[in-house]
Amino acid sequence: MTIVFALDCWIAVLVLAVASWTIMARGSFAAVVGFVAFGLLLTLVWVRLDAIDVALTEAAIGSGLTGALLLGAASRLPEAEFATQAQHSLLVPRVAAALLSAAVAGVLAGGVLLLPDPAPSLAPVADANAVATGLGNPVTNVLMAFRAMDTMLEKVVLVLALVGVWSLAQVRRSGAHPLPLHRPDRDSTLAFLARLLPPVGIVVGIYLLWEGADHPGGAFQGGAILAAMWLLVMMAGLGDAPSGSRGRLRLALICGPSVFLTIGLFGLWLGEAFLAYPAAYAKPLILAIEFAMTLTIALTLGLLVAAPRESAA
Amino acid sequence: MSATAFGLCGAAAAGLGLYGLIIDPQPLRKLLAFNLLGAGAFVLFGVVSRRGAAATFSADPVPQALVITGMVVALAATALAVALLQRLFDAAGATALDAETMSAGRDARDP
Repeated sequence: MTIVFALDCWIAVLVLAVASWTIMARGSFAAVVGFVAFGLLLTLVWVRLDAIDVALTEAAIGSGLTGALLLGAASRLPEAEFATQAQHSLLVPRVAAALLSAAVAGVLAGGVLLLPDPAPSLAPVADANAVATGLGNPVTNVLMAFRAMDTMLEKVVLVLALVGVWSLAQVRRSGAHPLPLHRPDRDSTLAFLARLLPPVGIVVGIYLLWEGADHPGGAFQGGAILAAMWLLVMMAGLGDAPSGSRGRLRLALICGPSVFLTIGLFGLWLGEAFLAYPAAYAKPLILAIEFAMTLTIALTLGLLVAAPRESAA
Repeated sequence: MSATAFGLCGAAAAGLGLYGLIIDPQPLRKLLAFNLLGAGAFVLFGVVSRRGAAATFSADPVPQALVITGMVVALAATALAVALLQRLFDAAGATALDAETMSAGRDARDP
């Protein structure tokens, strides 16, 4: 047993301890804080699994944005403690649920232990076809070329989710107008950080997008960081969330999927297949899609977290 | 060997998430547990990816790309669920899943 393996086991134990806290904690707010810590520890797991792209996504989206969204919800929605307390303490359902969960976890663990050796892998195929796109990052290759259909449909899912969130919001007289998330206090620490961090964060976000071609990073990670900077400004009360009825905003929201779809159909027209990029222009086309996608991702993620949530005035 | 340890950790996290999803009566806590369950499943993808290291890559890129897509969709679904909860709270004054609490919430709101 090497020291690295011991450290890995320690990370795994910590992850499970924080996960248990998330489930067992009394208050919702404490549970969400536990979930954010869980996500950050999971980021270390992803690094140890040599999946840096996923680690960046987990830190920015799985832990950061999901955490911000749920923290907001936990502070707005009161705890429903009455009437459920009796139901909470019933022993038989608890034991049954624990047994069922343990059985599911056991089956999954058995699957992990019995994985075939040598493991099936698509890495050689991805490696052999990497020349076709001219990108050095294999994960970006899979996302943008080999499984581009998934990525395109996922952009559509994001926009659909935002449409859902907007239609659920209480509508004020002229369209849904989101209110600021906090009382603006221009001298607070939050406001100071909201002035200090965005210039750095915007550069980091664009850098991740640009470097995503050859190194870990890409449209998702870059877009999530841009969204986080935007949220920071909105939360500090330095900027208002834009109204969903603005035409230009709506155009920017659909520009990612539409550029993707247009280039995809262009591939069909050139006679190869839907989403097939002409070999000579593969890299510029992928970059064009990624730029449009980053804009859409940053706006959609920001608006999903900062969606209008106040009841009608 | 480390990958197996993380795989067992992912399986246990998924089990914990499932337990919370069943047992916790609060919708927000169920949502949190559901995210935990999803994160555990994602780690299993990561283990398969790490074991699939071949050619020049230290991990199979295909499961990694699937997980990245999955995380973004999970956030979108969570945001939609939070919006539904908020709407339920605005309409009924409570966010419980049983009729008793909901009517109590409504009474507290419109005496």
